[in-house]
Amino acid sequence: MTTKSTGAKRQVFSENRNLWSGLLFGVGLAAFLDELLFHQLLRWHHFYDKSTTDIGLISDGLFHAFSWFATIGGLFILADLRRRGVFSLKRWWSGVLLGAGGFQLYDGTIQHKLMQIHQIRYVENIMKYDLVWNGSAVIMILAGLFLLKRTRGEKRVVDGRG
Amino acid sequence: MGEANHSTHPDVIGIVPQILLALPFAIVLILYILAVIRSNQRYKQWPMYRITCWILGAIFAILAVAGPVASLGHMNFTAHMVGHLLVGMLALLLMALAAPVTLMLRTLPTATARKVSKVLQSLPSRFVTNPIVASILNIGGLWFLYTTNLYSLMHESIWVHLIVHFHVFIAGYLFTISIIYIDPRPHRFSFWYRSVVFIIALAGPGILTKYIYAYPPLGVPKEQAESGAMLMYYGGDAIDIILIFILCFQWFRATRPRLSLAERT
Repeated sequence: MTTKSTGAKRQVFSENRNLWSGLLFGVGLAAFLDELLFHQLLRWHHFYDKSTTDIGLISDGLFHAFSWFATIGGLFILADLRRRGVFSLKRWWSGVLLGAGGFQLYDGTIQHKLMQIHQIRYVENIMKYDLVWNGSAVIMILAGLFLLKRTRGEKRVVDGRG
Repeated sequence: MGEANHSTHPDVIGIVPQILLALPFAIVLILYILAVIRSNQRYKQWPMYRITCWILGAIFAILAVAGPVASLGHMNFTAHMVGHLLVGMLALLLMALAAPVTLMLRTLPTATARKVSKVLQSLPSRFVTNPIVASILNIGGLWFLYTTNLYSLMHESIWVHLIVHFHVFIAGYLFTISIIYIDPRPHRFSFWYRSVVFIIALAGPGILTKYIYAYPPLGVPKEQAESGAMLMYYGGDAIDIILIFILCFQWFRATRPRLSLAERT
């Protein structure tokens, strides 16, 4: 009786942990790629845009700090899951896709548009860029949800150390 | 314009304030080494990496407050930010990693060490090392420095200059030891609590540097404010990674699964 309930508890614990680790890493990864590709390499994004609102600056600062922490923290949780032998790659990937897609959608709608922190690129027809940006975010979220649904309860079979 | 303005106040970049700022670091550097030599005679060898951390930390701090970087920092905002990264972040992280309090406690005679640990457990000491209080002292101090006329005052008065430097160092040190636990601590906060405070605190300088980029402090030319702010933003990130890594690693070690006898192989 006790072993069964601790087993079930462990199961929920590892399912959630796998998802959380992926979510954190996904947010961190999306923010890192945003910085690397669009700020540094392509130089499409601006460090600071004159139209940035105060709340935009705060949101940007908080997300920047959070994403740094999330990347490293997410990977440490992954290491912990592997150490416990309960890591599930699919479950983790569903988290990564949800995290990355969620961040990109937030960045593309609220941060870029509502808070005006900066635009994707300073060109005439920005609409195309916005569509691709937010469209890819939605695709990532849908893929994440699909994986999430498929991996629910899956760990029951794989439970145990291995 | 800003350069001409600052060079009319050569007293602040003179040799005296530089010595006054560098002297405490030189003293603690020597004290630390003496403490290591003395306590090694009674206890097991003090780890080499801690000694290295302390020496490097003290040297970075001295380099930032005296010598070419310090002199340049009074005329050029970007150089000022290099100094700030060196002393305000890197030096004190290294010095915190050197576990000076542990070393002090094992070097002092038992009775004195007890008194010291009583002071460390006292309410004021616990107050200033509370993560939230330490964050406000640290990040709030920086906001105050760069968004009021304090920054330009700092270049006119030796006293303001000295106080600002010591505040930045002490508040930064308190902040570091309030987030990562190296030395013994009377009251420990959970990893969750420290992580959340840490993330909010890290956002502070990020927001501040973009603010400086947009609104340069009094007497700082626009280009210098922009390059200085970007240096602070990305340089700060690099040092933040180390802090985050240490905090997460401490969590990783603390949360390791303890196997029951049956599970051990």
